[in-house]
Amino acid sequence: MSRIGVFVCHCGHNIAGTVDVKAVVEQLQRNGDVVFAIDYKYMCSDPGQQLIRESIEKYQLDGVVVAACSPAMHESTFRRTVSAAGLNGFRCESANIREQVSWVHQQDKEAATQKAIEIAESIVEKVKSNETLEPLILPLTHRTLVIGGGIAGMQAALDIAEAGYPVILVERQDHLGGRMAELSGSYLNFQAAPDLLEKKIQQVLNHPNIQTLLNAEVDGLSGYVGNFRVTVEQKPSATDGAVVALDELEPLRFTFDVGAIVVASGWQPYDRARLTEYGGADIPDVVDGLTFEKMLRSGEVIRRPSDGKIAREVVFVQCAGSRDPEHGVSYCSKVCCMYVAKQAMLYKERVPNGQAYVFYIDIRSAGKNYDEYVQRAMTDYGVLYLRGKVSRVFREGDQTIVWGSDTLTGRAVEIAADLVVLATPMLPSHGSTELGQLLHISTDGYGFFNEAHPKLRPVETLTAGIYLAGVAQGPKDIPEAVSQASGAAAKVLQLFSKNEMTASPLVASVIEEYCAACGACVKVCPYGARQIHPIWNYATVNAALCQGCGACVVACPNKASQVRNWRVEQVMGMVDVLL
Amino acid sequence: MAIPYFPGCTLSTKASGYDRSGRAVAQALGLEFQELPDWQCCGATFPLSTDNAMTLIAPTRLLRQAQEAGGQMTTLCAICFHVLRRTQNFLQEHTDVLERINWFTEEPYLGQVRVTHFLELLRDQLTWETLRANVSQPLKGLRVAPYYGCLLLRPPAEIQLDDPDDPHILHECLEALGCEVITFPYQSECCGSYLAVSKPTVPQQLAQDILASAQHHGAQALVTACPLCQYNLDYPQQSVRGWAIKPLPVLYFTQLMAVALGLPEQVWGMEGHSVDPRPLFEPYRATVA
Repeated sequence: MSRIGVFVCHCGHNIAGTVDVKAVVEQLQRNGDVVFAIDYKYMCSDPGQQLIRESIEKYQLDGVVVAACSPAMHESTFRRTVSAAGLNGFRCESANIREQVSWVHQQDKEAATQKAIEIAESIVEKVKSNETLEPLILPLTHRTLVIGGGIAGMQAALDIAEAGYPVILVERQDHLGGRMAELSGSYLNFQAAPDLLEKKIQQVLNHPNIQTLLNAEVDGLSGYVGNFRVTVEQKPSATDGAVVALDELEPLRFTFDVGAIVVASGWQPYDRARLTEYGGADIPDVVDGLTFEKMLRSGEVIRRPSDGKIAREVVFVQCAGSRDPEHGVSYCSKVCCMYVAKQAMLYKERVPNGQAYVFYIDIRSAGKNYDEYVQRAMTDYGVLYLRGKVSRVFREGDQTIVWGSDTLTGRAVEIAADLVVLATPMLPSHGSTELGQLLHISTDGYGFFNEAHPKLRPVETLTAGIYLAGVAQGPKDIPEAVSQASGAAAKVLQLFSKNEMTASPLVASVIEEYCAACGACVKVCPYGARQIHPIWNYATVNAALCQGCGACVVACPNKASQVRNWRVEQVMGMVDVLL
Repeated sequence: MAIPYFPGCTLSTKASGYDRSGRAVAQALGLEFQELPDWQCCGATFPLSTDNAMTLIAPTRLLRQAQEAGGQMTTLCAICFHVLRRTQNFLQEHTDVLERINWFTEEPYLGQVRVTHFLELLRDQLTWETLRANVSQPLKGLRVAPYYGCLLLRPPAEIQLDDPDDPHILHECLEALGCEVITFPYQSECCGSYLAVSKPTVPQQLAQDILASAQHHGAQALVTACPLCQYNLDYPQQSVRGWAIKPLPVLYFTQLMAVALGLPEQVWGMEGHSVDPRPLFEPYRATVA
């Protein structure tokens, strides 16, 4: 006979308002395996937990059933309570009489009470044969792979490296800095982006904990959180072979064991050639925002690309290809309102007697000091903001004509411009969907990586140990990308704060003598946790990958696959009690 | 090759020159038009209320006539083309609506007819090379501006004829005829369409802008594939008082084709125009053998 204690929670009126908790206690007291049963107002409160702890000692309990809320809510709470009293946590189970009983059967109190009794009885039956288990201990490699050497990737790498852990930083291009290296300056304070960036790059390159691989791409991934194995291919660089032509050199291959991965693969601009109505394909004096950054970087006066004449009338077109499912993407690219204001002001500094126009749908300058910055463009720099869309851009002689509407005056506007700057949206960098497939993390319809939760888990992916930083996850500006990178680094450090990982022991196991090595479990396992042992010829379980879902138990014709504490005979025993 | 052909109402009346020149050039190119039997109006606008199948019965009946005639149909009128192609697309996606419409028609429409505009036929089946090879009177030095309007190209996802922001199909046709082709910014702006009936000053103003821009870019004539565009751009030039623009002929592409292919003047169909285009073609008249 077992010595099980049953603790029935009122949850205020949540349960006791519908279920006759005294009747549940009385009925359970009659169970031969139950030596003690009691009800209490809030079992999860400190006095409630104390009641459980004291009862374990007083009645020498060897198992605990808490008839209360869903195990998703407080299973871990009560297992901790039980452990504190010296009983193995896995000898404690929750019987859900709130979500599955009182909340859904408020109209029929008698039936609800009967159902609560049956559920509690069935959980008593389960606890009787629950094994005493310890958490699984898994090794943890304290090394991180960062994919992408832009500002987000570098920030994440530096934060992790500063905490004392080695980082492998893989960058596809032959230099660090990413898209930020193409910018003339950053908004808010005009501080030159190249200077800001150069400092970061030097910090990364000189950091003893960061190994940077340029011209390199990740091309293979196996393993799981704490124990990933990645392969990286690096194109030979010019310094590797001065005599031999580069394309004759074999690429270098590396394999690294890492515990965590930060994906910061960045972005690319929308191809302006696809905006035919704006002359993006064939008018030489129509450029996109990133091209205009290059023109600003030179530090010289702004000239027309077509003939080198000074550009005296410049039109900026916001939302060129964004918020426009007909011609481009549906989303707002978020950074354009701000960088257009910056570009217009920098233009006015280079060509003081020139005129800058900005066509906008609305100004999205949400951020600390952001709106003030846009207003400076209007008031201090005389940039003319026109609220409306541009309908057409075409060539007339050596000028570029812009047709648009000004919805504040209600008039159609025609501007003969020297230069038109299309504020095209950010797209995920090319190959991001393929990278997502390689890493088993999902992307949205555009190729941006999906976060685990849009509000509460914005830097994690649904694959444990893989984190996101920067525009790879969605359009954002430099301060946001840096914040997210530091957030991702904090998540990595949280993982690395332990020497090894613990995992739930409630995973599948195999009774080897029953196993026919048919492979049914390998096929159904959604986590890739199963394989047939190559020598012993029976199915094995990778306990780190197994999530205890039980698909293999159902698939296994011999019932050799079992999930711990959900063994077939346990479940059948519970069913017997219910019937 | 015989092609089932739907002329539509306008081409039987006001735009008969379009019809006559179209049939003649098709024949000259070995693409004989075979007029659909017992046809009626296409409906003239594609209905945008999706729950009213009644308004789709007229175009659906035409599609069924084409089904009898071999599963293909071509039009010259840009509006008929627009209505029929969109009806076809719609019915292909909404088989339930098709089923309801079939309750009202004599014979069921099975939903498989391919609707083409004659320009599309020239580009994709005949090819511009073949057209060029058939030109006997190249219209060298004639500066013409293609005017696409709206309905021939839009909505692009459904019509799928050409890029409405950067169209080429009329350009390519006219280049094959030897013309000097002029691109002007109003080439795919709206002509005012049916406002010609309810609010004629709107298309008149639009016409002045369109014609002025084409003239400014050096065009001697405007070329269109739409009878309503032709009417809105041509007719006010003669009838509106205080018209500020120099006369500019507005032609159908088939009329230029008829000249370039060396066809006799009777099939050019240029008599009814408000601005007589015939003087333009004096240099290109085929010498009678």
